[in-house]
Amino acid sequence: MPMPDPILTIEGLNAHYGDFQALYDLSMHVEAGEVVAVIGANGAGKTTLLRSISGLLRNAPASVLWRGTPIGAMRADQIAAQGIALVPEGRLLFPSLSVEENLIIGGQSGRKGPWNLQRVYRLFPVLEERRNQASTSLSGGQQQMVAIGRALMSNPDVVLMDEISLGLAPVIIRQIYEALPGIVGEGLTAVLVEQDISKALSVSTRVYCLQEGRVSLEGQSQTVSRDDISRAYFGV
Amino acid sequence: MDWINAVIQGVLLGGLYALFAAGLSLIFGVMRLVNIAHGDLIVLSAYLALTVTTALGLHPLLALVIVVPGMALVGYTLQRAILNRTMGDDLLPPLLVTFGLSVIIQNALLAGYSADPQKLQAGEIETASVALGSIALGVMPLIVFATAVVVIAALQWMFYRTALGRAFRATSDNQDIAQLMGLNRAHVFGLAMGLSLAVTALAGVFLGMRTSFDPAAGSARLIFGFEAVIIGGLGNLWGTLAGGVILGVAQTLGAKINPGYQILAGHLVFLAILAIRPRGLFPRIDG
Ligand SMILES: Nc1ncnc2c1ncn2[C@@H]1O[C@H](COP(=O)(O)OP(=O)(O)OP(=O)(O)O)[C@@H](O)[C@H]1O
Ligand SMILES: [Mg+2]
Repeated sequence: MPMPDPILTIEGLNAHYGDFQALYDLSMHVEAGEVVAVIGANGAGKTTLLRSISGLLRNAPASVLWRGTPIGAMRADQIAAQGIALVPEGRLLFPSLSVEENLIIGGQSGRKGPWNLQRVYRLFPVLEERRNQASTSLSGGQQQMVAIGRALMSNPDVVLMDEISLGLAPVIIRQIYEALPGIVGEGLTAVLVEQDISKALSVSTRVYCLQEGRVSLEGQSQTVSRDDISRAYFGV
Repeated sequence: MDWINAVIQGVLLGGLYALFAAGLSLIFGVMRLVNIAHGDLIVLSAYLALTVTTALGLHPLLALVIVVPGMALVGYTLQRAILNRTMGDDLLPPLLVTFGLSVIIQNALLAGYSADPQKLQAGEIETASVALGSIALGVMPLIVFATAVVVIAALQWMFYRTALGRAFRATSDNQDIAQLMGLNRAHVFGLAMGLSLAVTALAGVFLGMRTSFDPAAGSARLIFGFEAVIIGGLGNLWGTLAGGVILGVAQTLGAKINPGYQILAGHLVFLAILAIRPRGLFPRIDG
């Protein structure tokens, strides 16, 4: 019997910003239900990878496969409709929309599933208290909760999270990470970009390390050695 | 009494200018597009109404039933087929393309309808008026003003209370992230232009019922629309209505002093407001 296709496959991905090449022949795969961490130094190409998967950067069609089908050249809205959601680096909420409107617009593609306003409010009760406020009036941590909730509202099969702890106080980071099991617990697949290596390893099943646009390490999060990681991270 | 009359007529005229301006304001708000062809699209709507009224023998107000959806379709198609290709970080390409479009529309109208001035014949309603004390208020100007208020209120409601308005605001905030929400920017922009030209159709028909028009009549309407938008403050719909009213009152008061001063007075008030408040009277407060 042939193996089922992974839910997400990256195959020989080359990504460019104009003349500048940010990713080189990058390959990785994500199985359904996995939490895959992607780590790497600043400028390694982590955000570029997530932008490529989500369609904000368009590449060769076969460089990104969704359940075996090429989606590398699709528009971001078409990819979102397939069931891939991105929590972007820096949160990027819509400033003209209230907290609740930011969440509602996340769900407007109409994909069915367990996530709705009530469920997001149960996960992050503070958002319900602030539902009618401008999203810009929230603290950084609360904005990150909105960004995560907005992605979940589309009931994605895969959620891509780009440095959700960036710029937040440790206590807030802990709070957000404590919510993660409740998010990925029901078979939701996640790709987690994270600068904090121990955080990344503790919540993930597998890990990829990027270095200058290439995969420098792939391994099981529980067994990968610290030495290998620092070598893959810094290239020494 | 004459002066009060002039002010009231100016306010009513302002309703027409607000209709000129609302479509401009809408597309600038959603996609930062400055549509140089806007005035010519107003005139195109008037000609479309002319054809509909003569071909079908309809009253111009009834012709709206065809002209409004027709122009909405023109707007959506124009945006999807042409203007979307010019949209990007650079504001210049869409400016140049809509300028070209303006020239094309004028010449096409010239070829199709000749340079002779035309007018939409609306019958008795053109001269009907109601008395307010010693002041006579034209029924048509009243209808136009009421329509402007309803259109602005409806656009405001659409912007802040509906899924479409949410999509417009989100796309205006951040096109990439809006795309991640499943909103196809090309379609959202098409809808915005469609809505803009639906309002333009109203403006064109009212213009054609009020005064005669010819293929070159668009540029003055573009200027009045721009002035109303800028006076009111970019991105503020009620401000646009206020801007139209201020412009209308300035023009009728100018004409009262000397009929030759009508247009000049409007421009002078515009410049004065721009000098004192460069962002207009009621700029939108951005977060
Ligand atoms: N819009 C852009 N235009 C040009 N180059 C870019 C752009 N965005 C990123 N780059 C370059 O691409 C490379 C990869 O950037 P990317 O943002 O993917 O890195 P990253 O791993 O996410 O870094 P960080 O940890 O700082 O978020 C970097 O060299 C960066 O300078
Ligand atoms: Mg990054």
